[in-house]
Amino acid sequence: MTRFLLRRLAWAALTVLAVASISFVLMRNVRGGPFDSERRASAAVEKNLRERYRLDWPTWKQFAAYVGPFELGEHGPAFLGGDGTDTFGGVLAGDFGPSLQYRDASVNDLLAQSLPISAALGFLALSWALAVGITAGIVSALRRGTTLDVALRITATTGIALPNFAIAGVLVLLFAFVWPILPVAGHGSWRHLVLPSLALGAPFAAYIARLTRTGMLEALGEDWIRTAHAKGLPPRLVVTRHALRAGIQPVISYLGPAAAGVLTGSLVIERIFAIPGTGSHFVNSALNRDYALAMGVTILYTALVCVLNLLVDVVQASLDPRIALEDES
Amino acid sequence: MRSARLLRRFGLVLVPAVLIAAAGVSLSGASFERADAAFCNGAEPSSLDPQQGTGMPETRLVRALYEGLVVSDPRTGMPIPGMAESWSTSADGLTWTFRIRAGSRWTDGAEVTAHDFAFAWERLLDPRTGAQYADLLFVVRGARAWAEDVGEDGAPTRTFASNVAITALDARTFVVGLEHPVDHFLALAVAAPLVPVSRHALEAARARWPDRWQVEWTKPEHSVTNGPFRLVERRINDRIRLAKHEGYWDADEVAFRTLDVLASEHLATNLNFYLTGEVAYLDEVPVSAIPRLRGREDYRPAPYLGSSFFRVNVAKPPLDDVRVRRALALAIDRQEIADKITKAGELPSFSLVPKLFAGWTGAELRRSGSLADDLDEARQLLTEAGYGPTRPLPPIELHFASQATNKDVCEVIADFWRKELGITARLRNQEWKVYLDAQRRLEYDISRSSWIADFADPATFLEVFAPGADNSRTGWSDARYGDLLERARRAREPERFAILAEAEALLLTELPILPVYTFTVTSLVDPRLGGFHANPLDDHCPKFWYWKPDAELAESRAGNDPAIREVESHGPREGLLSPAEQRRRASR
Repeated sequence: MTRFLLRRLAWAALTVLAVASISFVLMRNVRGGPFDSERRASAAVEKNLRERYRLDWPTWKQFAAYVGPFELGEHGPAFLGGDGTDTFGGVLAGDFGPSLQYRDASVNDLLAQSLPISAALGFLALSWALAVGITAGIVSALRRGTTLDVALRITATTGIALPNFAIAGVLVLLFAFVWPILPVAGHGSWRHLVLPSLALGAPFAAYIARLTRTGMLEALGEDWIRTAHAKGLPPRLVVTRHALRAGIQPVISYLGPAAAGVLTGSLVIERIFAIPGTGSHFVNSALNRDYALAMGVTILYTALVCVLNLLVDVVQASLDPRIALEDES
Repeated sequence: MRSARLLRRFGLVLVPAVLIAAAGVSLSGASFERADAAFCNGAEPSSLDPQQGTGMPETRLVRALYEGLVVSDPRTGMPIPGMAESWSTSADGLTWTFRIRAGSRWTDGAEVTAHDFAFAWERLLDPRTGAQYADLLFVVRGARAWAEDVGEDGAPTRTFASNVAITALDARTFVVGLEHPVDHFLALAVAAPLVPVSRHALEAARARWPDRWQVEWTKPEHSVTNGPFRLVERRINDRIRLAKHEGYWDADEVAFRTLDVLASEHLATNLNFYLTGEVAYLDEVPVSAIPRLRGREDYRPAPYLGSSFFRVNVAKPPLDDVRVRRALALAIDRQEIADKITKAGELPSFSLVPKLFAGWTGAELRRSGSLADDLDEARQLLTEAGYGPTRPLPPIELHFASQATNKDVCEVIADFWRKELGITARLRNQEWKVYLDAQRRLEYDISRSSWIADFADPATFLEVFAPGADNSRTGWSDARYGDLLERARRAREPERFAILAEAEALLLTELPILPVYTFTVTSLVDPRLGGFHANPLDDHCPKFWYWKPDAELAESRAGNDPAIREVESHGPREGLLSPAEQRRRASR
């Protein structure tokens, strides 16, 4: 178990490093820079800005300074103090550097402010998606072929087909205008998270419902279910204790990608509901060529996806005795 | 197996627990009491440091947090006393002396002095600050030379005090010497980057956080400002909470005790915020909503000091032929664009400078009269240039950034050129920063552009195309134009406007740009919000805002056109006036 975890963590670290270095190089080769604007600053000012953020260095040197706490500056930190920019501690020292777009904030500040909000939104979305999706899936499987099953399946297909911003629009119309019980957008209380998490979770709920239905149908047809019935176990117990445990496996495997999808997919929802989460930084940092923030978000998301996938594997193993983590070696 | 069971027991509990905790953290301290008023401010400001700020969101916050020498009168837009209670100009117009108001305080209690102004202006000019608007002060004697003469480390080589004519004679006397007489200097002094910063607070911050003071000193707990409001809380991409600054010299005239500034870029979301009463003002609505908002009393479109035009790459054949450029400039159905695409009642424009400055008539693209006549002339010009049915004009690319109505505008123009002149025009769409880069490298034929006034004077537009200017990006460089601008810089009114008009006439003969329309801001303003007046710079200082009580609201509605639809206000029925105004009304 420990060896498994260590190995997976090492792989995760390698993945993060690979993603980080590729992104770093790609980003600096995209046309247009952080200081391009309709009204450009004078050449002298721009030169100073480039020096302040070390954009005048060769890419390898920028990357080395970005990754590690190596002091490679010719002028030393005092030079950067020229107009008070965070010196770069390096990612290994837990410092993602200063944002190029938001001059009053370090990337650490921006991530620390936004990540809990995105996490809360994603958690709520995924929670209700799981609760509703699994319930609907089970009902569908048990009532296979009935009108209820068909209705649930049509709803699920619609949920998957509709983009979350369309669902968001309908929800806003219904619950903020027609029947104004929830705030139209913004952030500040749990009420602000209801509509966005509903919109964000809807496609996932639909997908989970389909996965559960398929998994349950397969499980319900197994011999050991018949055995359980034959032994006289109440049908409720057969479903919850035996069938569900096997039938839910596809959902568990899906949780990793779903969690990643909720995180990265929240950007549209965050925009529509004006939620100050990480998703908006993900998009805006690329548009603004805010290299530091884009790198910060990329590294954070990569690390999160790695960790979430690992967690899913562990949970799956603990649910299914046939999967033993040690066996993988 | 035991570990698996442990995991089963704890893993399943732990993961949600962590997430719930995260949810808790994200919401803790997140809710606010509703502020007296709120408004939508567009994108998250890039900085609250006034010298670093660039766009409208930053400017609107500077107006609330800081106050410069002069401010715009909300009704007339004319400069009125701010931190300077009075000023005088020397007879030759070269020296401006400002008397700084006694008893105006920074939020930390210290007095605002002329030294703070000198410090802030030096900071704006210093290339190490990285201020985009440093050039606003290049009219000051010695400023440009000082800022451009820098050493290896990027620092100016000469001392500021002995080389730049910006001096604090004493705590209350601020003296500025100019290169040439600048009669519109006050219009310039209104600009947001020219507000003071607290010298002692910034120096203390630099000493305390030598390598991260820029990040620290704008935080609410360290921020020191001198305007009508102070910074209470800032949540990136969410909102900025401001509270009335009691040490502000005119605090008695400020009505709102708290004010929220919302950061949200999505136009439809902002409209929703407004419609549900979350905000009292927003400056832009989605184009698709305009037809339905028209006729509402709170929809207040107003002409804006911004010019929409196309840059032409004059180095690239066939556009190097001025006859071709003129033919293209004439063959644009500007009214159709305003009516069908932008929809906000934009004024069709035949000049670079919007006709929105007092006393300014400027120049216009020479025209024969109606659009039909213009088209005849355009065809004639193309024939003269050697193009016709047998030798069509090579295909032209219309270059634009993928935003808002750009594509639709370009389609209308391309279609019109094809129908009326037989020209093939292709559309080339680029992401904003790529588009800017292509424009800078002159990798385009004709590129959709705009320019927003930095201050209320025609020079802010005309200087863009000066030979060698940083933002020209057309390949056009005409010494005659440069000479005219230089003459205008030295001239006094009214001669100066005449020379500038001459320069504009030259620009519109040479046509490195094809003018299209003058921008319109599409504001929504709660009917109860008082002290808010549309103005061409769209510059609004919340210092003047208040909630109208019922009686005043009814009174102001009485003057409305009967065709205008009244809408429900979300402001307090009893209104909210400044303490001074309350006393004035009580005594009446």
